[in-house]
Amino acid sequence: MTDASSSPPKPAGRMRDIWSQFRTHKGALFGLITLGILIVAVLVGPYLWIPEKLSVAEAIKLKNQGPSLRFPFGTDQLGRDMLARMLLAGRVSLAVGLVAMVIAIVFGTFIGVIAGYFRRLDGPLMRLTDMFLALPLIPLLLVMVMLFRDRVAGLIGPELGAFTLIVFAIGITSWMPTARIVRGEVLTLKEREYVLAARSIGSRPNRIILRHILPNVVSPVMVAATLGVAEAIITESVLSFLGLGFPPDFPTWGRLLFDGQQYLQVYPERVVWPGLAISLTVLSVNYIGDGLRDALDPRIRGR
Amino acid sequence: MLTFTLRRLLLAIPTLLVISLVIFLLVDLAPGSPMSEIPLTIPPEVRQNMIKALGADQPVVFRYMLWLRQFFWVEPMTLFDGWFGTGIVEGEQRILSWQSRSPVFTIIGQRIPQTLTVIGTAYLVGILIALPIGIYSAYRQYSLFDQVGTLFAMIGFSVPTFFSGTLLIIVFAVWLGWFPTKYDTQLAVTDWSSFLLQVKQMALPVMTLGLANAAAISRYMRSSMLDNMGMDYVRTARAKGLSERTVVLKHVLRNSLIPVVTVIALGIPSIFGGAIITENLFGVNGIGAALIGAIQASDIPMVQTLAFIFAVLIVLFNLIADILYGLLDPRIRYD
Amino acid sequence: MKMRAALLGALAALGLAPAAFAERGTDGEVKLTFPQAVSIMNPYLTGGTKDIYAASMVLEPLAGLTPEGVLVPKLVTEIPTKENGGISEDMTSITWKLLPDLKWSDGTPVTADDAVFTWQYCTHPEGGCSQATKYEGISSVEAVDPSTIKVTFSGAKANPYTAFVSALSPVLQKAQFESCLGAAAPTCTDANNMPIGTGPFKVTGFTVNDTVTMAMNENYRDPAKPAFASAVIKGGGDAEGSARAVMETGEFDYAWNTQIPPDAQAAMAAAGKGQFVVAFGTLVERIEMNTTDPDPALPEGERATAKHPHPILSDIRVRTALSKAIDRSILVEVGYGAGGRPTCNVIPGPEGWASDNEGCIAQDMEGAKALLDEAGWTDSDGDGVRDKDGKKLSILYQTTVNPIRQDFQALIKDWWTELGVEVELKAIDPGVFFGGDPGSPDTFQKFYADVEMYANNSESPDPESYLGQYQCKNAPSPETQWQGENINRFCNPDYDALYATLATTTDLAARQDIAKKLNDMVTKDSMIVVPLVHRGTLSAHSNALGGVQINAWDSELWNVADWFRVK
Repeated sequence: MTDASSSPPKPAGRMRDIWSQFRTHKGALFGLITLGILIVAVLVGPYLWIPEKLSVAEAIKLKNQGPSLRFPFGTDQLGRDMLARMLLAGRVSLAVGLVAMVIAIVFGTFIGVIAGYFRRLDGPLMRLTDMFLALPLIPLLLVMVMLFRDRVAGLIGPELGAFTLIVFAIGITSWMPTARIVRGEVLTLKEREYVLAARSIGSRPNRIILRHILPNVVSPVMVAATLGVAEAIITESVLSFLGLGFPPDFPTWGRLLFDGQQYLQVYPERVVWPGLAISLTVLSVNYIGDGLRDALDPRIRGR
Repeated sequence: MLTFTLRRLLLAIPTLLVISLVIFLLVDLAPGSPMSEIPLTIPPEVRQNMIKALGADQPVVFRYMLWLRQFFWVEPMTLFDGWFGTGIVEGEQRILSWQSRSPVFTIIGQRIPQTLTVIGTAYLVGILIALPIGIYSAYRQYSLFDQVGTLFAMIGFSVPTFFSGTLLIIVFAVWLGWFPTKYDTQLAVTDWSSFLLQVKQMALPVMTLGLANAAAISRYMRSSMLDNMGMDYVRTARAKGLSERTVVLKHVLRNSLIPVVTVIALGIPSIFGGAIITENLFGVNGIGAALIGAIQASDIPMVQTLAFIFAVLIVLFNLIADILYGLLDPRIRYD
Repeated sequence: MKMRAALLGALAALGLAPAAFAERGTDGEVKLTFPQAVSIMNPYLTGGTKDIYAASMVLEPLAGLTPEGVLVPKLVTEIPTKENGGISEDMTSITWKLLPDLKWSDGTPVTADDAVFTWQYCTHPEGGCSQATKYEGISSVEAVDPSTIKVTFSGAKANPYTAFVSALSPVLQKAQFESCLGAAAPTCTDANNMPIGTGPFKVTGFTVNDTVTMAMNENYRDPAKPAFASAVIKGGGDAEGSARAVMETGEFDYAWNTQIPPDAQAAMAAAGKGQFVVAFGTLVERIEMNTTDPDPALPEGERATAKHPHPILSDIRVRTALSKAIDRSILVEVGYGAGGRPTCNVIPGPEGWASDNEGCIAQDMEGAKALLDEAGWTDSDGDGVRDKDGKKLSILYQTTVNPIRQDFQALIKDWWTELGVEVELKAIDPGVFFGGDPGSPDTFQKFYADVEMYANNSESPDPESYLGQYQCKNAPSPETQWQGENINRFCNPDYDALYATLATTTDLAARQDIAKKLNDMVTKDSMIVVPLVHRGTLSAHSNALGGVQINAWDSELWNVADWFRVK
């Protein structure tokens, strides 16, 4: 159990501590490496793997091919190289998935901690959460597109504007479960002996929250984060069906998965690649979360 | 606890009124029109007339007040009239769906049974699978069971239901031919064979949804159990010579349930909200399918009523979760 | 047995008589599935095709249309014409004679009063009747005697077969709907969901947006039909799921609207349980060119209005070049397979009405490039995009979210890029695109893009009302709250003048000739509309279901009375 009265270790030392613990976690290392490979692949890949330039008529003859040396992932219904599309798609999906997850988690945790810790804010914040939970998602998204798309695009350009809007839309519609879960945990944590002890020696609330509360809500937050990445990647594909987001010729993993679904029986490999990519991303985020949780847990770290 | 509950219930009324107004404005502001699904061959003047006949051209404030009156007075009184044969609101217009011109509550009434049986069963199955898996995975962290469980959970929630549902259809309905792909809402369970049919047609949607639900809940259960496994009180309990069973299932489990209760409480209203994609895929005429159909057709009375009932359930179940926190951990005080 | 004779005669004349007449109600249940569920069974309160088709099993018009687009009597003894005296010499009235002994499914007789009532029902100003155009130009409908209906028009009517013809305009039972006139129309839930009709089936159960259950109508006019004792329509899901339920699992007999990719069609057909059937009406997937400037820099109220002509597309050479660069056969192959064919016409059928214009079918990339060069669009800075006076040849191309349309967008973008045109793609939720909400920037009427793609069709074989949409006055603008069917804001006085003559021309050959000219004026002469694919409606039926005759001019279920179980 954290000892509130002992002097805290130096930040640098603590980080090193966490990292050395993290390194011993096999799953976490696997997760970190896999995610790293995925990120490097989508960043560098499109420069290394340049698909042949084919005219439409040529490409159509090569549609729906299975994997081959020429097309390692096969081709789609228009004869486009699936590997090149997967790599391009990954950029957006990984960026949207990770950024939107971070927004949702940070915002949700913030609301949850504040609501759980300060009784006076609990009521209003939780009613706000209830309201966001109750709003029907699709009309909300449609209204957001209608009101903000042109303005955001005017401010920072169409591509970045679309990205910002998507990330914002996903973030604002998915922080509520995290907030509720964190609040529930904080409600019990703040009555624990060590928090009471810290408070009785006059520690300020922000210090108590940072030192004693936050480290103890890491594990549900990590689970929420894992779920969040998967959800964000899938939600992105839903958004593109509402006209929100990237132009229709811009591939993302969620969209490739959805497009491939009608070909599931005829060309199953069309859904395998995006499905695999999403699952791998989620799996690695999960293991990183596991490792992080263990590494942050002083009880385990000390062992 | 009682005063807390009462106070929260009273506070819920203004909260819900605000929520209903926000929902109404949101749905009204959303682009789209009740005419979006009719063919282009119908000319603009006729469309205008149809909109007028729906009352959709009235100002938004007027329509909101009308809805409030219909929801809180006409509909309950219609029910009352139905029970006692009185005629208090005879001739008053009920909340009518723009899409089908049927009373919204009749439609909801038609759909509640399927929603509860299919989506409810799926949720129950999900919880019943998830809790033991989560508990055992945490108890034997990093065992083979845990690793396999993790893998399945990850696949369970990284694969969207439109995909897993289609896959299940192809395997179990097309290749094996065990189950039907379309849910027969007219099937009445009267004897053993019709019960068997009902089980068969529920199998695929329940599997699809149960998998997704179980995946998420089991992760929360596992992580929360892990947090508590290393606590001092567990060591104390073990030192007292209590059996492992008692230690894990009584002490650790009870203290680990708070996040799980939150997740389940968040999930129960969504049973009513339905599983939009799954219902659509299998033709289960649940509330979710109704909601998505109404949103696509900009059927404001329907969307508004469903979203509001959904909001009531969310507020209610979050209150129940709060009360459960107090029971699970008596240190939590709200007053 | 005059009625039997008349009916059999009609059927035999069309060559439809099934090989063996079964007895009524001996073939059990027929199961249909629609990807969109049925919301209401009253065609006058809905425009949805799903609802109209379902209602057509119960409610019937006086006359229907065959798959060839020919009128066929349903509740009447014969089709009124000038020759048989049914239509007055001056074309101002038409008289229908009801079949003798005709009964509603509740056993009461059908009379001319029911038709008169139906007219009143749909023309009531507060009723919001969706089929009001069917009754346009009618000054009165009278019951001359219980079995004679006289429809009088306010002027000479070239095409008098609108009211009470086809599944869009069936006869309602006066007794059932009497209290549902005008503002009360939507409140008659029971009547709207379970209308009493003359069709081969009657509704026994209705769950909104889910299932309609029906039983055979014991009072149906042909005692040998229908062969099925009951019918059920299950709605919901998607085209793929509906097709699968017929073609692969065999749970259903008939699936309407099973538009799935050609490869998937082939795979499903290989299962051997059923077959796809296609009917070609006038549905044409097209690219519409904007003649006004949609530049967002223009003030709201002037953007995309006739005040500012389009800076690029106003030149017919650019429009022609864009059309020439497209290979329509590849589009068909990718998107529709047997369910589509390349076309250059807005009116691709029926035979006689369609122009012989085929100039656009062969792709001509070089010709397109030459046209752009000639128009002054050249790639002066070598970046692969043509420009002129410092302005890039850049186009925003929008359509609805739909997998086939996105494939089309990708292909056409490739061709146009090859041509040296920069293309930005946009896909919009169909509910928003077709919703017509004046507050949304993304409706197809506002047309805040350079070109847009969607499909439209004429609902009757005679395209008069359909061609009317390209008149100047129908252009959407802020003054009309962006309502109007002339999406391109096409405005040609010659077109309007020629169109005016169509309304007064009664000779069929002359009408067809005018229609062809009008068709050419918006397509090959001006390239305002660039037709791509003549689309059929694709449905599927199981091999165990006989008698299906898919129909693009009337309800697809128009001959459901003749369906039978193949044993």
